[in-house]
This record gives sequence, C-alpha cells and structure tokens, in this order.
Amino acid sequence: MTHLVVVGASLAGLRAVEAVRRDGFDGEVTLVGAEEHLPYDRPPLSKEYLAAEECPDPRYREEETFAGDLDVALLLGTPASALDTAGRTIAVGDRTLSWDGLVIATGAHARTLPGTEHLEGVHTVRTLDDAVALRAALRGGARRLTVVGAGFIGSEVGAVGRKLGLEVTILEALETPLARAVGERMGRALTHLHRRHGTEVRTGVAVEEVLSSDGRVTGVRLGDGTEVDTDVLVVGIGASPATDWLDGSGLTIDDGVVADETLAAADGVYVAGDVARWPNALFSDVAGGTMRLEHWTSAADQGGRAARHAVDPAAAKPYETVPYFWSDWYDGRVQFVGIAPEGADEQIEVVAGDDAQGGPFTAIYRAGDRIVGALAVDMPAEVMKYRRLIGGRKTWADALELAEQRRVQRAQKQAAKERGEGA
Amino acid sequence: MRINVDWDRCTGMGMCESLAPDVFEVDDDGSLILHTEEISADQEGEVREAVAACPTEALSLDGPIDA
Repeated sequence: MTHLVVVGASLAGLRAVEAVRRDGFDGEVTLVGAEEHLPYDRPPLSKEYLAAEECPDPRYREEETFAGDLDVALLLGTPASALDTAGRTIAVGDRTLSWDGLVIATGAHARTLPGTEHLEGVHTVRTLDDAVALRAALRGGARRLTVVGAGFIGSEVGAVGRKLGLEVTILEALETPLARAVGERMGRALTHLHRRHGTEVRTGVAVEEVLSSDGRVTGVRLGDGTEVDTDVLVVGIGASPATDWLDGSGLTIDDGVVADETLAAADGVYVAGDVARWPNALFSDVAGGTMRLEHWTSAADQGGRAARHAVDPAAAKPYETVPYFWSDWYDGRVQFVGIAPEGADEQIEVVAGDDAQGGPFTAIYRAGDRIVGALAVDMPAEVMKYRRLIGGRKTWADALELAEQRRVQRAQKQAAKERGEGA
Repeated sequence: MRINVDWDRCTGMGMCESLAPDVFEVDDDGSLILHTEEISADQEGEVREAVAACPTEALSLDGPIDA
C-alpha cells in the first residue's frame, strides 16, 4: 500500500486521513474535496451558526496541519468525476490520480425544489456557503420565514427563525413530521415543541408553486390553493447521496454506495459517511437489510474504519454501531439513539416525563424482545445510558429495569436538592 | 494519562458516557461529570474512542502516547 486517496473532505474524509496517520501509515495520502473549504463542522450550520452574533470559525483543522503533522496532500475545489476500480484511478477535473486504497466519503447534496434554484430568498442548508447566505438573509431584515419540510434541518432552522424574532411557518407533506425517523406518536410529540414556541406547523400540505416577483421569492401556493407569503424560503426536504460521479464505475448504487459489513464496496474501495449504505449487524435480527445514516457520529466513526480497512484490507472487521443524532430546537435538545422500527408506535414506552406537551420526556423503542432505540427531549442524562443497552443487545426487561433505576435516582436527586435549598 | 475537557466546547452530548461510563457521566442538567481525570491503562481504549466520538471535539488526552 503506497497511496491512499480519500474522496470527500468533510468529517468522514478528515477522520479517514487522521486515523491512518495516527496508526503510523507512512504511504502517500491525498484528500479530495469538491468544495474549496478545508473540512468544517457542519452540525452548527443549521443551529447556532445562524443565530450567533459572531460566527465562529467552523474549520476543524488549519491548513498547516494537513501539510505538516498529517502530511496529507489536499486537492480542494474540484469534485471527483469518475472512478475506475479495475485500473485503480479516479478523475478529478483534468487530473487522474492512481490509488492503492480508496475511501469514498462524498456525502450528500441537499434536495431542492426544481426551478427555484436561482430565485433570491430561496435557501438550502448543507454547505458553509449555504449557511453564510441564509444567515445573511435571516438577519437582513426578513420578517417572515417559511420552511418546506419539518425534518430535523427544517425544524432547527425554524427554531432559529423564531429566536431571531421572525414569523415562522413550517410546511410538511406528511400528516406527521418525522414519522419515519422517530415513529408517529413521537413525531407528534416533537411537533408540540414547535407550536409551544409559536411556530406554525402545517402538515399534510403540498407545495404547488413557489411564487416570485422580479427574481425574488414572495411566497408559496399550496395544494388547496391557499398562499403563504414569505421573505425567506428554506427548503429542508432531505439530501441525496452524492453518487453521480460513480456512474459506470461498476459499484452498486442504491440510495448510496452499497458496501459489505466491513464497508467494502469493491476490492480496495471502502465507503464512509452519508454516502455509505451497509448492513449494520447490530440490528440484522430486527431490521434486516442495509442502512444509510446521515449523522455526525457515524460519519466520524466510519471515516476512521474505512481508511484503516483501505490501507490494510486483510485486517478489515465488520462495522456495527448504535446510530446517534441530536437536534437543537429553541433552547432544548432532541436526542435519539438506535433505530425506530417500522410501525414503532405500539412498541414505544414513555419512561420519564410526558410527551403530550412536547417534553421533557424520554421514550424507549422495542423490537422483538430487545430495546432498539431511545428518544429524549430535554433530558440530556438519559439516552446514552440506553445506548449502552442497545449496543449490548440487551432485552426489553433490562431496559425497563434501567428506566426504574433512573426514576429512583432522579427522585432522590430532586429530594436532595429540595432539602439543600430548604436548609 | 490524563483527560482534558474543554468546558467551553462541551455541550453534554454524552457520547463519551456511552463509551466510557466509568469516566464520564452527563448530569440531569446536561453538564458533564468527570469521575476521574487520570486514565488507567485498561481504560485507555474506551477513553480514546470517547475522545474520537465527541461531536464538539471537547475531549483530549495528555501524557504518554502509545505507538
């Protein structure tokens, strides 16, 4: 192994090059990125970055770190355009790079509403450039914000809009937002959070047309004919894995690059991050097939694994993980670990708090005899305790026992606090 | 080996607790409790995983680094 090429210079790509260098890999390493920016921290871009008075520098590492400590060649600003797995080359602009090991971590692109891409006032939130533009729009005297899509990104942006004093309307095609991510009942619980903070959420509505005047968005017309006026329109309808450049490569593409349990997509080719679809063995007994995650934690983790496997395929091991994501809404935090099985509603138990008003609460998810997921709203001490149980393939009874222990511990703490304050 | 927490960066996400519960715990109010600052040899593996898994890169290790 003499040359590792990592395609995709976001979190997974960064962790890929760092992991092999930490392990002492002394071959050549090249990091290819479509954007001109050095790898940067994406989660804040739909959250505090939009609201902060002063923007922190979102770059993970200085340029000198790549040239120096990491000894990584950066090739930024041009996307890879083709892969030849037999000849072991990739095309980047007019250059051809030979590789001995390859990591594909090209991420995903924000979906857009066709025909609106060039309208002023219409935004997506995926890249740093997106966030800079949206931040300026939200803080530049806009009064009304409309968000298409009540997913996590749309919800975060809506929450920031309220924080900045805008009138916010979120439009969602489904009857229950986030039903696929957290189940129907918990999707309803999360929707309460918006309503509690004065955000209007309209569900089961279709965006028929985006209205504009002089090249600037003015509103949207819905399926029932009603119109919503707006100054800023954010499109938060998900992301598509960036796989176009792999057409003709021979890799299996099916909503992501399909890999085996070691993240291998072909001989010497490994995948990581939002673009990766692989069988997560931890859930094979309860949710068969493959999964693709768009979460910070799995991108970081898979980046390191994929690169280690790429430089030493003989040592490749199956990769399994308990997914984790968080989302910051208003002044609170939504955290989810594990998976929400299909038709999860009958299998959810609220073990702390009350979901009817949008929290704080903690709920756990069951599949078969196992605990497979946990959701918490504004209860930051809870989900990670369940994450250990999920990763250890523990039973539902174990989870209920932990829930009872936690209930007692919280009550004792509360009582001690009250005694302390009374003294 | 010693663990450092950048308290300005930590937001109590808790990945560290899920990987190394003897060392880290998130309190009910979201603040991080560090049960020990000195890491023993048998804790090192899981603590390194915790450092790598922190979404705000708030954790780091000081001291002798194994090759």
